[in-house]
Amino acid sequence: MIRLEGICRTFEVGDQPVYALVDVQEEIRAGEHVAIMGPSGSGKSTLLNIVGCLDRPTAGSYHLDDREVGQLDDGELTQIRRHEIGFVFQFFHLVSRLTAQENVEMPMVFANLPRAERRERARQALDAVGVGARADHLPEQLSGGERQRVALARATILRPKILLADEPTGNLDSKSGRVVLDLLDGLNDDGLTLIVVTHDARVAHRADRVIVLVDGKIAKRAPGDRINEVLSLLAEEDE
Amino acid sequence: MRPVEVLRFSLKALTGHSLRTALSLLGVMIGVAAVVVLTALGEGARLYVVDQFNSLGTNLLIVLPGRTETSGTMGIGGVPNDLTLEDAQAIAREISQARRVAPISMGTEEVAFRERSRQIVVLGTTSEYQHARRVQLQRGEFLPDEELFRGANVAVLGHKAAKELFDNRDPIGAVVRVGGWRMRVIGVLAKQGTKMGVNFDDLVIVPVRTGMKMLNRSSLFRILIQVHAHTDLDLARDRVVDLITERHEEEDITVITQDAVVSTFSAILNTLTLAVAAIAAISLSVAGIGIMNVMLVSVSERTSEVGLLKAVGVNNRQILTVFLAEASLISIAGGLIGLGTGWLIVRTVVRLWPAFPATTPLWAVGAALGVSIVVGVVFGVIPARRATGLDPIAALGQR
Ligand SMILES: Nc1ncnc2c1ncn2[C@@H]1O[C@H](COP(=O)(O)OP(=O)(O)OP(=O)(O)O)[C@@H](O)[C@H]1O
Ligand SMILES: [Mg+2]
Repeated sequence: MIRLEGICRTFEVGDQPVYALVDVQEEIRAGEHVAIMGPSGSGKSTLLNIVGCLDRPTAGSYHLDDREVGQLDDGELTQIRRHEIGFVFQFFHLVSRLTAQENVEMPMVFANLPRAERRERARQALDAVGVGARADHLPEQLSGGERQRVALARATILRPKILLADEPTGNLDSKSGRVVLDLLDGLNDDGLTLIVVTHDARVAHRADRVIVLVDGKIAKRAPGDRINEVLSLLAEEDE
Repeated sequence: MRPVEVLRFSLKALTGHSLRTALSLLGVMIGVAAVVVLTALGEGARLYVVDQFNSLGTNLLIVLPGRTETSGTMGIGGVPNDLTLEDAQAIAREISQARRVAPISMGTEEVAFRERSRQIVVLGTTSEYQHARRVQLQRGEFLPDEELFRGANVAVLGHKAAKELFDNRDPIGAVVRVGGWRMRVIGVLAKQGTKMGVNFDDLVIVPVRTGMKMLNRSSLFRILIQVHAHTDLDLARDRVVDLITERHEEEDITVITQDAVVSTFSAILNTLTLAVAAIAAISLSVAGIGIMNVMLVSVSERTSEVGLLKAVGVNNRQILTVFLAEASLISIAGGLIGLGTGWLIVRTVVRLWPAFPATTPLWAVGAALGVSIVVGVVFGVIPARRATGLDPIAALGQR
C-alpha cells in the first residue's frame, strides 16, 4: 500500500544542501507494524513526514495505494491526511484550552460531522484508551501518559488506515509508555498500518519489521524480534 | 464546516485569552461609541440652532441700514441715509409679498418702578412684531394695533424684568418710568431666553415711535419683513432693495434672509459633524490595528496548534475562516457594545440637558458598525494568512 522509490529529500540551508533522505527504497503493506530506528539526524522524522503527506520528496516517487502522491495537489494531500492518516507526536500537541473530549472531537468538527455523533464517538474513543473518566479535564490536568492516550484517540477518531507515531513514548515513563504501546499494538491487531519512529529497542522489538536509517539511507532491515542483534552489529561497524 | 461550528471554535479561542480579547474589544468599542456620541452632539447642535432660528419666526427678511459689501455706490462720507418709519410704511404699502412689516429701534435705558430700577434693552416696534417673531405672552397684551406715528405710552415687560421690578405683584396697569417717560405696563412676555443675541426675558418693548424719541434716534435699527411664502423671499428682497434704493437715491441698505443664515449655520454644523465622525472613524482604524496585533500574537502563540490543524487535515480555507471569524467577532461585538455605550451616553446627555436635541443620525450608526466590521475583516486577513502560510512541520516542531 505504501511504495517509496528513490525518495530523496534535500534541504537548502543557505547555499549548503542538507541531504536528509537519499534514495530511499521501501514498501509497506497494509496492516504491517514497522519501526524506524537510527541515530539523531538520520532522517527518521523526515521520512515519516513524507509518508504522512506533510512534506514532499525532492526526488523519487511515493505511491499510496494506487495514487502517485507527487501528482496530487495540496488540497488532495490535506484530504488524505484527514481521512487516511493519523499522527501521534512525542509532545502530544493537545490544544491547551480544550478539554480531552473537545480535543478528540476537533478533527470531526472540521470534517463536518454532526454534533451528536461527535460526542458519542469521542466518548467511546476516550473509553477505549482508558481515559473516559477524564473527558472534561484540560490537558494540563492530565499526566503525560493520559495526554498521549487522548492524542491517540484523536489520531484515530476519523478511522485512518495508517497511524504514524514519532517517538510516542519519548516523553513518558516506562510504565505509561507500555500502556500506550499496548494500545498501539491493539490498533495494529485490528488492521491499522502502524509506523513508529523510536530510539528505544524495546519499542522496536514489538514491530513486525525494523528499518534502520543512517545518514538518510536505509542501512539495515530486520524482523522486530532480532533488532538487538542488528543494533549491536551496527554499533560494531561504527567502531 | 458549518458557521455555528466556526463560531463555537473561534469563541473558545477568544474566551481562552480573555484579557487580550477584552482589550481589543475595548478599542473597537471606544471607536464606535465615539462616532455615535460625537455625531449625536454635532447633530444636536445643528438641530438646536435651526430650532432657535425657527422659534424666531420663518420666512423673514431683515433690512439693515448700510451696506455690508464694499462698493463705490455709496457717498463719499460713507454714511448711509436713515432707515425711517416712512421707509417701513412704503414697504408695507408697495411690496405685495410682505405679509407683516415690523420696524425696530433698539437701545438701552433705565427702567424704574418706585424705588427699583434696572438698565435694560428697550425694543421699539409694532404689533406686527409679535407674530413675525412668535413672541409669547404670559399675561396681558402685546402692543396695540395703532397708527405708526402715534406712539402710545405703553410698555410690555420681559419675564425677568417684570419679576425684578414687581416681585410677585401684577404689573399690568402699573406705570413704570423708561428713561424719564411714564409708560403703562400692558403685558408681560412668557419666559423665552436669549434668541439671536437678544435676551427676551430682560427687556422692555414699547411702540416704535415712542422708542425712537425716547432713545433719540433718527434711524431705525432694523425693519423685519415676513413674507407670505418661502418662495417669495428672493423676489421680495429684490423689490425691497429697489424700493429703498429709489427712495434714498442710492443703494445703502442690506437685506438678509434669515433662512440664508439658518442654512449657513446648518451647513457649517453638518460639516463639523462629518469632520468629527471622520476623526472617530480614524480611531476605529487604530482599533483595527489593535485587532491585527492581537491576532498576530494569537497566531504566533498558537503556531503549534495551527501545525496540528494542518496535520489532522484541516484545509487552509478552514484555518483562514477560523482566524478571520475571531477578528470579526471582536470587531462586531466591540461595535455592538460601543453602539450600546454610545446610546447610553447620548441618552444621559439628553436627560441632563433636555433643551439640547442630541440624536445620533442613522447614517452614523450604519457607518460606525460598517467601519468596525470592515476593520475587523481587513485587519484580520494578514494574521489569518500568516496562519495558513505556516509550514506544518516547523509549526509542530515547537512544543
Ligand atoms: N527544515 C529543515 N531545514 C534544514 N534541515 C533540516 C530541516 N529538517 C530537517 N533537517 C535536517 O535533516 C536531517 C534529518 O532530520 P530529521 O529531523 O529527519 O532527523 P531525525 O532522524 O528525526 O532526528 P531525531 O532523532 O533527532 O529526531 C538533519 O540533519 C536535520 O538537520
Ligand atoms: Mg525526529
